[in-house]
Amino acid sequence: MSGRTITPEPRQETGLPGLSVQGLTYGFESDKPLFEGLDLEVPKGQFVSIVAASGMGKTTLFRLLAGLLQPESGTVTVAGAAEGPGGRSIGYMPQRDCLMPWRTVQDNAAIGLELAGMARREARRKVLELLPELGLAGTASKYPHELSGGMRQRVSFLRSLLAGGELLLLDEPFSALDAMTRSSLQQWLLEVWEKHRKTILFITHDIDEALLLSDQVLVAASAPIRKLVPMMVDLPRPRTYETTLAENFVYLKRRILRQLGRIGSSGGGGDE
Amino acid sequence: MKQVKDKLPILLFILLLAALWELSTIVFHIPAYIVPRLSDVFAAMGRHAGLLGKHFVLTLGEALLGLAISVLCGVMSAIWIESSSLARKTIYPLIVASQTIPIIALSPIMVMWFGYEIGSKVAVVILFTFFPVAVNTADGFRAADKEIGELLRSMGAGRAQLFLKWKLPSALPSFFTGLKMAAAISVGGATLGEWLGGESGLGVYTKRAANMLRGDDVFAGVLLLSFMGIALFIAAQIIERLVLGHRRA
Repeated sequence: MSGRTITPEPRQETGLPGLSVQGLTYGFESDKPLFEGLDLEVPKGQFVSIVAASGMGKTTLFRLLAGLLQPESGTVTVAGAAEGPGGRSIGYMPQRDCLMPWRTVQDNAAIGLELAGMARREARRKVLELLPELGLAGTASKYPHELSGGMRQRVSFLRSLLAGGELLLLDEPFSALDAMTRSSLQQWLLEVWEKHRKTILFITHDIDEALLLSDQVLVAASAPIRKLVPMMVDLPRPRTYETTLAENFVYLKRRILRQLGRIGSSGGGGDE
Repeated sequence: MKQVKDKLPILLFILLLAALWELSTIVFHIPAYIVPRLSDVFAAMGRHAGLLGKHFVLTLGEALLGLAISVLCGVMSAIWIESSSLARKTIYPLIVASQTIPIIALSPIMVMWFGYEIGSKVAVVILFTFFPVAVNTADGFRAADKEIGELLRSMGAGRAQLFLKWKLPSALPSFFTGLKMAAAISVGGATLGEWLGGESGLGVYTKRAANMLRGDDVFAGVLLLSFMGIALFIAAQIIERLVLGHRRA
């Protein structure tokens, strides 16, 4: 990489966590909990990823955080989020883009503002302003079926960005995309996030993706999830694909793989 | 231009069938009270244009009125079924099961209840058209993408907002399927209603002509009834395209 040495700066340290979870317990069957006494804290303005194997209840965790499910015990606190009748208003971005086929790009992105009571005209104007910087210029009056998968995810992200307060929950948003589109969207997300600096909790099963994007990676090693092992990603920003080749990157990846039990402990790297 | 090209095969096919009709009645010497010549049917249509026009408007009015009431009641029932799980468990199966009752056998009761005026005809049309509207709309509500609903809830959408911004637009394609079916069969309902007891309408006209063995007049009435059904279907389709045109087919 370049000769510059950049130490990661602490981001918007306000002391208040963006998201705080305490003692969360939940399971679909009472004798088989998915989460048991889980504590989780995401500092405000940070990009945090959760890496876990499939079937560990990642999406369920997001639904709990979004208030779509009620925990058996424990509390979820989101800074600055209003509690609505159906859930708390956070920017939830589901795995599928879930765009409404009867709405244009502009109206799809504006739905959150509309639901919050903003006049339709005003909401549409706000969306229109943001389209260019999200790489969606010229798509305002297009319908979802006229867009590629990658573009649809951009619209979905914009919708979450406008709907949420300070916290965005992204649930494997790029997992259904082909590798090329995915890498360009990762780059895109980094750029957009650098600009808006929302608190992001990102779920993925792709370790490279998690390391490339995040300030911190939380590893869920065993079911039921009792704790998430935090790992600080002290790689300099802005990051590019170059980053994934850095020595540090590989070192961190190896540690995560070991925690997930994918490789043996003889693989080198730090102690855990 | 493309639309004309797409419709060309069916137009040519209809012309071919018309020619076959005309020719076969001449070649096989089919008596006019069995199958009249097509040209005679059109001649009969022309001869009685004024009278047929009056009956046509009456039957069309019955069909449209019945259709309108069916759409209103059908959509309201569907909303009821969607919003109450008790209604889903009781009303919905009842509506579906009601389809095993032969509607034709039920129709005379409509005459007993609503008399020989327009009321009984409209009632028979409703009997025919309520079901496709109600069931298709209810199924449309049911099939709304659950994930979109969850997403809207996560954005703080309340019950009314969920209905207006999610359920209703989701159910539209299915509703239009029901409407098109209902439009096509509404004319049949009106005709049956007229047969069972009435003074006017194309159903009465064809029945009277048949009693007099006037094949050309019967077929003139039947052709007009078919045109009416096709026209109503196409009208429903045009409304559907206007409302849903921009969505993916």
